[in-house]
Amino acid sequence: MAEIEVRNLSKTFDLKGEKVQALKDINLDIERGDIYGIIGMSGAGKSTLVRCLNFLEKPTEGKVFVDGNDLSRMTEKQMRRQRQSIAMIFQHFNLLMQKNVVDNICFPLMIQGVKKADARKRALELLKIVDLEEKANAYPSQLSGGQKQRVAIARALASNPKILLCDEATSALDPQTTASILALLKDINTRFGITIVIITHQMAVIREICTHVAILNHGVLVEEGLVEDIFNHPKSEAARELILGDISEGQWNGEMRQKDRVMEDKCLRIVFTENSAFEPVIANMILKFGVPVNILKANTKNVGGIAKGEMILGLPEGRELQEQIKQYMLDKGLEIEEVSEYV
Amino acid sequence: MFSQEIINMLIRGVGESLYMTLVSTFFGYVLGLPMGILLTISDKNGIKPNAVLYRILDVIANLFRSIPFLILLVLLIPFTKLIVGKSYGSTAIIVPLVIAAAPYIARMVESSLNEVDPGVIEAARSMGASNFTIVTKVMLVEARTSLIVGMTITLGTILGYSAMAGTVGAGGLGDIAIRYGYYRYESGIMIVTVVLLVVLFQVFQTIGMKLSARLDKRK
Repeated sequence: MAEIEVRNLSKTFDLKGEKVQALKDINLDIERGDIYGIIGMSGAGKSTLVRCLNFLEKPTEGKVFVDGNDLSRMTEKQMRRQRQSIAMIFQHFNLLMQKNVVDNICFPLMIQGVKKADARKRALELLKIVDLEEKANAYPSQLSGGQKQRVAIARALASNPKILLCDEATSALDPQTTASILALLKDINTRFGITIVIITHQMAVIREICTHVAILNHGVLVEEGLVEDIFNHPKSEAARELILGDISEGQWNGEMRQKDRVMEDKCLRIVFTENSAFEPVIANMILKFGVPVNILKANTKNVGGIAKGEMILGLPEGRELQEQIKQYMLDKGLEIEEVSEYV
Repeated sequence: MFSQEIINMLIRGVGESLYMTLVSTFFGYVLGLPMGILLTISDKNGIKPNAVLYRILDVIANLFRSIPFLILLVLLIPFTKLIVGKSYGSTAIIVPLVIAAAPYIARMVESSLNEVDPGVIEAARSMGASNFTIVTKVMLVEARTSLIVGMTITLGTILGYSAMAGTVGAGGLGDIAIRYGYYRYESGIMIVTVVLLVVLFQVFQTIGMKLSARLDKRK
């Protein structure tokens, strides 16, 4: 039995007399310990779907089982109890702005009636986990986005949940912060065995930490399975679109991985302009020097309305050879720049 | 320049005005705060929508606020007599003041509570908070600076109403202004009462704004 089972779930909203179907006949199984990504364009219904998992939205049809318990048959009181084991974090963090960090983390414990001193102790432990001990008495307005999300994660963990729902948790963050928040989520998943459900529109997020992925398109689940399988063999049109879109949107992610490996290499950043785009410079260079170069990154960027090619090369060993290659590039009229740590 | 007698009267006037304003505001909140909370939560976007309840409260709030205070005052005389035993004097005037203030306060509270980020309320729900907890620990706490600003405005308004009640012998600075300034043409006394009213208003305003700024942790 899966930890979360979604059966024939549909959700219809009534917008000023007009029926809008947000979700159509969704079936999902999320196993314990999975990091399950749900991806889709905006308006695909993913936020509604994740809210059906803790009944913040009640499905119009169908059922949701958590640990075999049918959420639709719960009383209000049972539901509140159930929600304590399903934590949630949000795109805009949703912290209490008038309470400091520790009090924010204590909040779910207060709801459960945990003693104040015990709650405080637990809050400080959690701050250690999210690496934010020094901000215990700060107020949310004094924190950066990434720090706020860390507080939100600490708050979510306070009640020892079995499941953590993340609703676009990294969408308001910059790439570096996104990477660190994702690393924290992954760490929480392995350390505490918490099942994580991630809602996102960024393929890079899925690629970075998810084990499974479901693709939602206009309220319909079009594809579902292991992340690797879907990446390698996307069957649906929506999946293909998302993976293609990922190349420009999610670059930071691949770079992060490569970085460790190529840090020591000497790298060269080349910019192709209109003039230099006709000759196959790289190919000619390889033929001329007879050595392979490593293409670390290639991209086209729109700079002031002109498409400019940008490429980062890892040069072969040997100071003299490297100088010769640089000279060759300059002779061909390319703009080059040595970069030790490319961005 | 004034006799001791008049100075004593002015001091008593300040006392009566403060008494009417503060007691009426207090009881105004006793009625208006729950009413404002109910308006917020029973709203169609509230945490427990209830169209019928909202409609009833909405009508009550609008009805009472649309009656000019002076007319409400006269209208309520039998009711005031029933509660206080007489229809004149500072204590008696508290009854119509409360009735006039409560719907006004309810609207103030409603608009303050509606400013609370729905995301924060959703987060509390996701943690398993009951509606009671959401109201007491989330909405009232998150909206506290706005609520205090609302209270400051209310105090100023009620102070103004209490002065208006001077026309029917309510006591307080308004009463003095009418009796001496209007009936006896003693402009000196009238000007002093006006200055005192302005000072009282400023005191309320300053304390309220300072308090609200100090409690605001958003900046």
